[in-house]
Amino acid sequence: MGLKRKDLLSLAPLSVDEIALILDTADSFKEVTGREIKKVPALRGKTVVNLFFEPSTRTRTSFELAAKRLSADVINFAQSSSSVVKGETLLDTARNIEAMQADIIVLRHSSAGAAETLARGVRSAVINAGDGWHEHPTQALLDLYTIRERGLRFEGLRVAIVGDVSHSRVARSNIYALTKLGAEVRLIGPATMMPLDIRQLGVQVYYNMDEGLRGVNVIMMLRLQLERQGRALFPTIREYARLYGLTAERVKLADAGAIVMHPGPINRGVEIAPDVADSLSSVILDQVANGVAVRMGILYLMSGAG
Amino acid sequence: MTEPPATPKDRADEKLIMDSGDIARALTRIAHEIVERNKGVQDVALVGIRTGGVHLAHRLVKRIHIIEGAQVPIGELDITLYRDDLALLKNQPVLRKTSVPFDLADKVVVLVDDVLFTGRTIRAAMDGLMDLGRPGEIQLAVLIDRGHRQLPIKATYIGKNLPTSREEKVQVLLEEYGEDDRVVISKP
Repeated sequence: MGLKRKDLLSLAPLSVDEIALILDTADSFKEVTGREIKKVPALRGKTVVNLFFEPSTRTRTSFELAAKRLSADVINFAQSSSSVVKGETLLDTARNIEAMQADIIVLRHSSAGAAETLARGVRSAVINAGDGWHEHPTQALLDLYTIRERGLRFEGLRVAIVGDVSHSRVARSNIYALTKLGAEVRLIGPATMMPLDIRQLGVQVYYNMDEGLRGVNVIMMLRLQLERQGRALFPTIREYARLYGLTAERVKLADAGAIVMHPGPINRGVEIAPDVADSLSSVILDQVANGVAVRMGILYLMSGAG
Repeated sequence: MTEPPATPKDRADEKLIMDSGDIARALTRIAHEIVERNKGVQDVALVGIRTGGVHLAHRLVKRIHIIEGAQVPIGELDITLYRDDLALLKNQPVLRKTSVPFDLADKVVVLVDDVLFTGRTIRAAMDGLMDLGRPGEIQLAVLIDRGHRQLPIKATYIGKNLPTSREEKVQVLLEEYGEDDRVVISKP
């Protein structure tokens, strides 16, 4: 079975089998990234375009490295240097890129739904690398891969997602995927950062962090977007850190073998204490390493002749 | 590389080429030839090409152990990423894992596959192997050589030479797939 999709825009419509296929494929590429010569010829002659309308180092670099290790040609378009600043629309930009025969476009955009709009307008495969507050499917897939790599099974797994859920596309993609795979998802955060109707997605909501962390197998911290400070979501950063920051003490409330995850970049001492980020239970750097393998898997699966 | 076959529907059109005894004897002979040609198995390693070749490689390793009392390292190679028709396929084939858990440097690597046909799989396997290290020598063992080469590739060890027409289908069915060991040929 192949992945019979032109685009990867969201995890909401993916089946359990499709997610399993992506994770299994990523497993094969993890072996490649462990080799001395970390390159295979699978995407020779294909062109991957990174179209990033929002600043991003981690995700863009990860996609770039993934594409290069598959022997694809990679072009990076950044917001500042693109003609968008000259007033060109997203679709026009994309059509121009497509005219240069791009096979896959990787899009990061600040508007929810941008990737879907783009996918409808171009023949190239489109991979959503984050659209507004909507979804960030490849991040969630690398999170799933990292959880699975640690020997944890999704069925009945207790996962706490902590922080600004409202403004987190990482949280949304993870909620869709984890609930589908049979995990119990708990969202922890202040009411100002919790969408009102989020329970409809089959999750539990906790406003008290200590209660929510009890017995969980995975603690997924979200980055506090400091740039949102001043929008009255919480009084001070110090208060947020006290109520929702992950400390070594709080980790003890979780299951003894619990792992700590973070999509990065981390705010040390805000949402996560430095000693927790560097502890043995932290898999934050595994997530980064696995990101390349997972994205190689996705690029490989999306690069069929269609 | 042949896919692990589904149970064939049209058994009437099938002709039995090798039964389980024939396969066992051919593998025993190949094991002896590997030992003889390399004067022992000091630097020899076997690498099976997924899926059929992996099973055959395991069987050869057992036989070499009986003959020489030595455990030969064994690896598994998935050649999908090195196929020359990847860009032409509509859907990407499912990847399986490559696992070569030993240093290839200066080893005599015996690639193992079930059927040698066009030679394209072997070209891909050699490229894949070279990305993992620099073997001292590569040899090729196949259960069936059915001809119709499209590349200048020749097997070192052959279980059986089988003249075929290009349209015919050769299947190596193995116990590992839940079948009785046998090789069959069928018309399209």
